[in-house]
Amino acid sequence: MNTVFKKSDPGREGVWPAKADKSASEMLPAGLLRVKPAGLPSLSELDVVRHFTQLSRRNYGVDGNFYPLGSCTMKYNPKFTETVAALPGFTRLHPVLPQLKGAGRLCQGALEVMFETEQMLCEICGMKAFTLHPMAGAHGELTGVMIIAAYHKDKGNKKTKIIVPDSAHGTNPASAAIAGYEVVNLPSKDGIVDPDELAKVLDDSVAGMMMTCPNTLGLFEKNLPKIVEMLRKVDALLYYDGANLNAIMGKMRVGDAGFDVVHLNLHKTFATPHGGGGPGAGPVGVSERLVPYLPISRVEKLEDGQFFLNYDFPKSIGYVAPFYGNFGVVLKAYAYILRLGGKGLTRATENAVLAANYLRKRLDSVLDVPYDRICMHEFVASACNLSGCHVRALDIAKMLLDRGYHAPTIYFPLIVKEALMFEPTETESLDTLDQFADDLIALLAEARANPELAHNAPTTLPVTRLDETRAARNMELTDDL
Amino acid sequence: MPYVPHTPEDIRRMLGVIGEPTVAALFAEITPAMRPKSFDLPDGKSEMAVLAQLEDLARKNAVSHVSFLGAGFYDHHIPAAVDALSMRSEFYTAYTPYQPEASQGTLQAIFEYQTAVTRLTGLTFANASVYDGGTALFEAAMMAVRHTDRRKLVVCEALNPIYRVMLGSYTANLNLELVTIAHKDGNCDLAALTAALDENTAAVLVQNPNFFGTLNDFSALFAAAKEKGVVSVISVYPVLQSVLKSPGEMGADVAVAEGQSLGLPLSFGGPYLGIMTCTKGMVRQMPGRMVGRTVDTQGRTGYVLTLQAREQHIRRQKATSNICSNQALCALRSLMHLCLLGEEGLKRTAEIGIERAHYAAERLTAIPGVALLSTAPFGNEFAITLPVNAYQAIDKLTARGFVPGFPLGRYYPGLENALLVACTEKTSKEQIGVFAELLRGMLA
Amino acid sequence: MIPKDLKYAKSHEWAKIEGDVATVGITHFAQEQLGDLTYVDLPKVGATVTMGAEMGSVESVKAASELYSPVSGTVTEVNAALENAPESINQEPYGAGWMLKVKLSGPVDGLLDAAAYEQVCAEEAH
Repeated sequence: MNTVFKKSDPGREGVWPAKADKSASEMLPAGLLRVKPAGLPSLSELDVVRHFTQLSRRNYGVDGNFYPLGSCTMKYNPKFTETVAALPGFTRLHPVLPQLKGAGRLCQGALEVMFETEQMLCEICGMKAFTLHPMAGAHGELTGVMIIAAYHKDKGNKKTKIIVPDSAHGTNPASAAIAGYEVVNLPSKDGIVDPDELAKVLDDSVAGMMMTCPNTLGLFEKNLPKIVEMLRKVDALLYYDGANLNAIMGKMRVGDAGFDVVHLNLHKTFATPHGGGGPGAGPVGVSERLVPYLPISRVEKLEDGQFFLNYDFPKSIGYVAPFYGNFGVVLKAYAYILRLGGKGLTRATENAVLAANYLRKRLDSVLDVPYDRICMHEFVASACNLSGCHVRALDIAKMLLDRGYHAPTIYFPLIVKEALMFEPTETESLDTLDQFADDLIALLAEARANPELAHNAPTTLPVTRLDETRAARNMELTDDL
Repeated sequence: MPYVPHTPEDIRRMLGVIGEPTVAALFAEITPAMRPKSFDLPDGKSEMAVLAQLEDLARKNAVSHVSFLGAGFYDHHIPAAVDALSMRSEFYTAYTPYQPEASQGTLQAIFEYQTAVTRLTGLTFANASVYDGGTALFEAAMMAVRHTDRRKLVVCEALNPIYRVMLGSYTANLNLELVTIAHKDGNCDLAALTAALDENTAAVLVQNPNFFGTLNDFSALFAAAKEKGVVSVISVYPVLQSVLKSPGEMGADVAVAEGQSLGLPLSFGGPYLGIMTCTKGMVRQMPGRMVGRTVDTQGRTGYVLTLQAREQHIRRQKATSNICSNQALCALRSLMHLCLLGEEGLKRTAEIGIERAHYAAERLTAIPGVALLSTAPFGNEFAITLPVNAYQAIDKLTARGFVPGFPLGRYYPGLENALLVACTEKTSKEQIGVFAELLRGMLA
Repeated sequence: MIPKDLKYAKSHEWAKIEGDVATVGITHFAQEQLGDLTYVDLPKVGATVTMGAEMGSVESVKAASELYSPVSGTVTEVNAALENAPESINQEPYGAGWMLKVKLSGPVDGLLDAAAYEQVCAEEAH
């Protein structure tokens, strides 16, 4: 399909505003103006509508395709939350309004949404306070580690290391490094963190440990109480990567369990759409001792019921976002929480775990499941049992695409060879799960009988497998290269 | 319950296959001691009830005011087609294009976005976007630090103060030296910026138009930077880039922008769009995702995420950045916006905003005691000084339905009487006239 | 596949020592493990490299690996052709895929001969 630039035809009128009386060259010195036109396309509205409608048909999304992409929680995104986020009372609100002192009264509704969302996230997680500023999960991680650093600095602790288990998300080490820490990798045992292994790397130089619970294998970290006790002894803080909160919400609160910092992925647990890779939102919650270090500003409620932003926190890590995070995303999550209520959130958790275990049992006779015990919201299988016929996880993923399913996450976590990570979520019906399992079982039989078929998949999509080496070598990143 | 389709019979069947008696048994590893001490949340509500509750909250926000607020974030008209197209669920309920064969829509769109933003900035490469313009500026500074292996950043004080405080927070643990060069009446001090560059400087960071709305040609500064091996980083306002000298024409190495003005509503601060572009020499330092063009096994054109070996999931702690997402939907919207306006539409948008701002400046400075802060050329935003504290004007005029601008004293001590006023194509001459008369009346 | 006239590091770099100059690259075994290379990051002329310390990195589509210098000294020449043709390393790791020429700072000690290196590869292949 041609790029939109190739469809340009100079002279076609798009959605233009009225013409100014004067041109830029009549209003500004020539030396400030660009010589070469930018080269944006000239298209009619229908040209543009048709181009993007056709592009959209070259995509799988949750609305059209079962999307069991492990770790990413591709649950259904309720439509009414889009209506909420599109209310002009929210979309037209300028972000600097609260900084105009008295003009805070012009945005009381938005401040109340932020305040109430923080309160509810505190109750869901058992934390003392939340900030909504981080704009994605990884951004939440960075914010969380910066808070850990600020805590130790304030206490005069000399800490240089963050421990990250090998079953944690790949972003964790990068976030810790960007916050200035040395990363210590912790190997897991039988799929979970082992206190004896932890003891080998834990000393006074450790600032904290980043845990995902359940971890990326979908397994609950049952040694958690012991781990908390060990970290406390060296004044190391425990960080909860909330990517998998949807497995425990309502069943366990990370604050009660002894975590000091948590980031959530609103686009996972709280059903806001993933948008093809963003925007998300990564609010961060903290225990009482870390409250002074939260980013500024913070929303507060006065006795008269008015809301305002407080910027006066001298120990704060400062600003991690220009304003208050991805407010439009927060709105959708807030509406989702209100819709489900406490019982609904708990039931979402229960059904997510139920669905994952059901799918695991349906598939464990045809795929290796290295840790074949009760899992939480997701499980990791391995395609190693097909290596004899030279069929890999990648081939299975591509065959699934041909059948109208998005593939599970593959080759992650790294500790399982030929990994296929399935997360069905609570929103998929039993019929869908059964059909998927039946189709996958049939597909695996086909692949065994005819590996060539597997290697050539997909064949029904707009493109077959793409030459990624060529892409990396040629670096054709724009239409002009 | 809503969104969970499992009936009691389904649940019984599923438990039968799993071999557990109850759903509760699946959570046995969470011991009683680890159970929630409280989970006190309201009961769920109908869709209608939640909508009504949020409509009430939305009504508590005053959005019918006539607003002259900008400060880097602008209220532009968004073509209706942007909403209609970006809400196609194939785009917005998809995730990161990890399976390129089933994601050619998202991938080609990002490729086209990368093309569009490089054309605006006049540089060669772009990434698929980061969270916002402030993050983009920080990441650009880090690109320079890695590229030069130097630790000093020279920052113009007329650069958006919100970005400067973000830069300060992010670099706090990284052992970097931030040197801020004071502005002069809202102008960048080009001589002082040039003088501050030395062989320890990683980057010089400037903005065009700067926070005060003032326009610059930074060609000479960037040439001086190049001689000292310093990376030139510029933050721009993409709408005005349709007419203003491009970063490429000025000789910048990295150009970043807040992309909000391209098809994204103000939405109280987000989601926004961090645009990042750079020269060929800097592309290896670029953080985040990038999409490249290639061919499939049958020779057909297709698109993939590329240069992933720089990223966190492969490099872990050695990655160029911890950022692992992009603002894909926002980038998509900005691309649609640029396509719907086209070259002519974006140029018109810029020119009409500039024209309105020049008209507003003329009307406002005709009021006794009101003057322009700077005599330098400006685009669609400018700073005026009042005979009273700017907050006073804001308080009085907001009560009359006008938000007159941003109080510069909030970030610049000494400028307590200065107000930053922005216009766009949505600002009418009539509104400017009423604003001027209200201000005149208030100051009389 | 393992030339007899070269010396090897356990981290799969080779060095050809001629007088006080060493030519440095990565081995056939290494390029095979890495897959199709897409990018090479090497030190500049004049840089100092130290035996066993990081001297650069190579990237393939799905992996990135550090390179460790097999010798100590000063870089006198960098194979500029690799910038646009990293595939040379895959095609001719001991020929056109050479990476650096290094002026040695002293006698080279502690590298493996072809036979010993073959042993290392055999062990890692399991």
